[in-house]
Amino acid sequence: MKNKINLTINGTALSVEEGTTILDAAKVLGIKIPVLCYHKDLCIAGNCRVCVVEVVGISKLFAACATPVWEGMDVLTNSLMVRNSRKHIIELLLSEHNADCTKCYKNGNCELQELAAEYKITNQDFIDIYHAKDYTVDSYSPSIIKDDSRCIRCQRCVRTCEELQGVGALTVAHKGDHMKISTFFNKPISEVVCTNCGQCVIHCPTGALIERNYIEEVWNAIADPDKHVVVQTAPAVRIGLGEALELDAGERVTGKMVSALRRLGFNSVLDTDFTADLTILEEGTELLHRLKSILVDKDNKDPLPMTTSCSPGWVKFFEHIYPELKAHMSTCKSPQQMFGALAKTFYAKKIEVDPEKIVSVSIMPCTAKKYEADRPEMRDSGFKDVDYVLTTRELAIMIQQAGIEFSELPEEKYDSFMGSSSGAGVIFGATGGVMEAALRTVYEIVTGREVPFEGLNITPVRGLEGVREATIKIEGTVPEYKFLEGVEVKCCVAHGLANARTVMEKVKEGKANYHFIEIMACPGGCLGGGGQPIPTTPEIRQKRVEAIYAEDASMAIRKSHENPEVIQLYKEFLGEPYGHLSHKLLHTEYFERERY
Amino acid sequence: MDVIKEKVKALVQKHGKTRENLLPVLQGVAESEQYVSEYAMKLIAEEMELSSADVYGTATFYSFMDTTPKGKYVIRVCRTISCYMKGKNQILLALEEALKIKLGETTPDKKFTLMETNCIGWCHKAPAMLINDDVHTELTVEKVHKIITEYKQQD
Amino acid sequence: MGKNILKRIDLIFKDEADYKAVLKKAAGQTNDELINELIASGLKGRGGAGFPTGLKWKLTSESKADKKYVICNADEGEPGTFKDREILTQVPHKVLTGMAICGKIIGAKEGFIYLRKEYNYLTADLNKIIDDFHEVCKNIGLDFRIKIFLGYGAYICGEESALFESMEGKRGEPRNKPPYPSEQGYLGRPTVINNVETLAHTFTIFQYGASKFNELGVQDSYGSKLFSISGDTPIPGIYELELGMTVEDFANDFGDGDTKAVQVGGASGFCVPRKKFRETHIGYQGKLTGISLPTGGSMMLFNSSRSMFNLLTNYLEFFTEESCGQCTPCRVGTQQLLEGSRAVKRGEKPAAYLDKLLALSETMKSTSKCGLGQSVANSFQSIVENFREEMIY
Repeated sequence: MKNKINLTINGTALSVEEGTTILDAAKVLGIKIPVLCYHKDLCIAGNCRVCVVEVVGISKLFAACATPVWEGMDVLTNSLMVRNSRKHIIELLLSEHNADCTKCYKNGNCELQELAAEYKITNQDFIDIYHAKDYTVDSYSPSIIKDDSRCIRCQRCVRTCEELQGVGALTVAHKGDHMKISTFFNKPISEVVCTNCGQCVIHCPTGALIERNYIEEVWNAIADPDKHVVVQTAPAVRIGLGEALELDAGERVTGKMVSALRRLGFNSVLDTDFTADLTILEEGTELLHRLKSILVDKDNKDPLPMTTSCSPGWVKFFEHIYPELKAHMSTCKSPQQMFGALAKTFYAKKIEVDPEKIVSVSIMPCTAKKYEADRPEMRDSGFKDVDYVLTTRELAIMIQQAGIEFSELPEEKYDSFMGSSSGAGVIFGATGGVMEAALRTVYEIVTGREVPFEGLNITPVRGLEGVREATIKIEGTVPEYKFLEGVEVKCCVAHGLANARTVMEKVKEGKANYHFIEIMACPGGCLGGGGQPIPTTPEIRQKRVEAIYAEDASMAIRKSHENPEVIQLYKEFLGEPYGHLSHKLLHTEYFERERY
Repeated sequence: MDVIKEKVKALVQKHGKTRENLLPVLQGVAESEQYVSEYAMKLIAEEMELSSADVYGTATFYSFMDTTPKGKYVIRVCRTISCYMKGKNQILLALEEALKIKLGETTPDKKFTLMETNCIGWCHKAPAMLINDDVHTELTVEKVHKIITEYKQQD
Repeated sequence: MGKNILKRIDLIFKDEADYKAVLKKAAGQTNDELINELIASGLKGRGGAGFPTGLKWKLTSESKADKKYVICNADEGEPGTFKDREILTQVPHKVLTGMAICGKIIGAKEGFIYLRKEYNYLTADLNKIIDDFHEVCKNIGLDFRIKIFLGYGAYICGEESALFESMEGKRGEPRNKPPYPSEQGYLGRPTVINNVETLAHTFTIFQYGASKFNELGVQDSYGSKLFSISGDTPIPGIYELELGMTVEDFANDFGDGDTKAVQVGGASGFCVPRKKFRETHIGYQGKLTGISLPTGGSMMLFNSSRSMFNLLTNYLEFFTEESCGQCTPCRVGTQQLLEGSRAVKRGEKPAAYLDKLLALSETMKSTSKCGLGQSVANSFQSIVENFREEMIY
């Protein structure tokens, strides 16, 4: 039982739990104190000093985010001293900042800009010290651009990369007037352990870290009469897009999204959820194949536990940090890349278009997907399988540029051959979704019966806890899978790379007795991805989670293996799961990368 | 034999693997190699299970932790108040003349690096400088030339 | 030679040889006895912050934890300060003894000396002395071991929480406070961190009793202090003097006859102009009339040949470099003060811009995360306000 502390804020008395910060105490009274370095997802820094408040009787001001309340504290959040100090802080930040806002990608979406507007900083008395510095823009990475001239050194990105993601590609280097956010020896982020997860991008308050956008390239492709532009949409986009277009968090906008894409001029509007279902068939078969090899043939060449491979941030992290465990990762491509390989082969044939004329675009909640599309081995179609990847944010920008009134659009449906999906496909967007989708199919293949969970909702693998475990006992198998009779299939789900590391350390030491591990690089899974609308807070992630499972429950088909277009694809084109053509188009390999 | 790798392993063995031993390990490498290279930092990160960027960020915080190659003798001339008042600029010029390099540079034979530093605590005997760990105080132009000659003759 | 206006004290550099007896005596006393002696002495921290030492040790002894630490702050980096180096050279046993007694009182078995890299030439000899000291402790039955931790070139690491960060293998970036070191210091454990000179004074108090210490000085500023004196003086060096003196007496004693200003407390201290010598006392905040200035003891004298503008920019260059860089007011504020002062001097900005800079320095004083950013205002304001004519084109 924590003690209660009595204090006063702006003349109003209140009582809060011991340990509450001034910032949180003020929220109780509906008083908003501005912040920059503070973020709900991250540990407290207290370095920007924007949130300073006055405590009556003390000449020094206190950072509201970092100061726990004490008994009898008398706080003023808007005294003259506080206002003048805050103005100075903002002016100081602007003096070392590239404040040419109209040329900045985050124009209109920048927390520093918002603050400056709120305080009406129309005059800059301080000397412009920004121009004398040798700021560089690192645009070597296909996913993320780092622009030091827009950095306010709040260190949110460093805390995100180090603590939230456990990657540690970014650091604070040097001190004093040379202090900056840097990588190992200031190398381009494309040359270090950066996984492209983009969590730094969605936590950066300014335009210092942004996604590499391909908006103009896609507009050009759409305008080219010679090209047939195909677009695929990831599961998490349909429950996040609304936030970037003035709708509430957690609103499901699937039908409107399809409608908008058509109005933007895409020739074929298709669904990544289709290839999510396909992935389940391929990966499920792969899992069964590995289980058979180990349990029956005693061959450990394709070892267990097997990990999922659809999160490119996770894949790159794995290649850097655990290259010796390469064989554990499923060889399945991600749904995005499976789609890409099929778009310029199977689909091109179906719609009778020369694959050379097809431009393959994907809308993703993810920045790492841009890197994934650029991976040199992703050309199994004979062309670059996915030409351009747009984040949810970029799609919202295109919709706004086209003057579309999003909320008034009608609900439309995807085009065929690669547009139908099951509920199992859509839950890929949430942490635990791939696992649940896989279990729904694999269990039925092995036993001939549906998973023993009400409404097919496998709740043990759901939720936002960092690492979750579940066990399913296999009983009453069909003859072909007799070797699994009585086996307790142990599953593990982790999201956020820091949790991934925890799980993989166990695997490395041989202490992980799991069969199947699902890992998503981003907290929350793809719905919290680096390409989703900003801000992303724990509350918003929770709303998106609820939306995903609501979308799943609303679908007619709930299991991947019942997707009619997937069935048709195998019948007409691929043959059988894990077959020869599947291996050629839908499976990939991994590489060892440097640890740093 | 990978000399640096052995050195890093030995240092981590001696001091310990936990984070609070990072500075002594970095210092150990800096003492013997005169600087901490990219390669050494990668090894330290691996041995101590830290991210390389974190090791780099920590190392670059400390002014005496060089991450680019330095000469055998690193000269650090104090430039803060008392030394400034007592003529550190003349001392710097004398050193530049004696070594034929400019401030911040290293002699081609890799023997001397010339740098400035902040107050080293010999204000009553200003101007003062450090050459590696050795303190030289009450400097004059003549004294500086004599000191450099002595160091040159040492090898 | 000096006019000896101010009484020269000789406590610090004397009577070190008795350290074994002092240790033995303290080992036999109760913690309460020892703490009360320290509190009665009125000793305040000699590093510049001036926190009552007895209270610090008492608070830390009351904290509950599995481990506690004693740290001697030998990161003497304030420009113009060199007294700690001399203490460690001449009477190191006093420091070690002070640490060991502190360890006994608060319940710490480990002590560290955070030694700046610039003093690394002392390390070999100090380690030998420490080895012998460990033997003495063992014989007396005191379980206390001391290790040297070497800094590596960062003035900010003299700030206590930055020092802890540095010792924990990180960048020396000061922490948010609370919590304070007496609750959570090094490795999150209760820690007493004291300046070298402070520990040397505790030796005197344990050796001779509180009254030997507080018969010197004045109310709220008891005892003697080591002053590091340099600049335009015919007799630079370290002098042990009583607290409470006026700057006038000081300047008359140590100046070269043409003293224009005295910088008290280094770059983060105050510049006292001649016209304020008489009313300014050197001591801690208290019942003295006029202004009193706490100080780590750095005293730099400037005669009329000196340009106060050049001195100001020297301080500001120092701060822009040594700032850890994490908080906005200090990182950017120091640069603005420097560039702004230069611009006014060059005529690029009007003289009135100095008032904007003075206001900025007030913001830095009230919003900076640690003492470095907070103290820049001291020298900036005192120089600009007292020598405004020298700041302008």
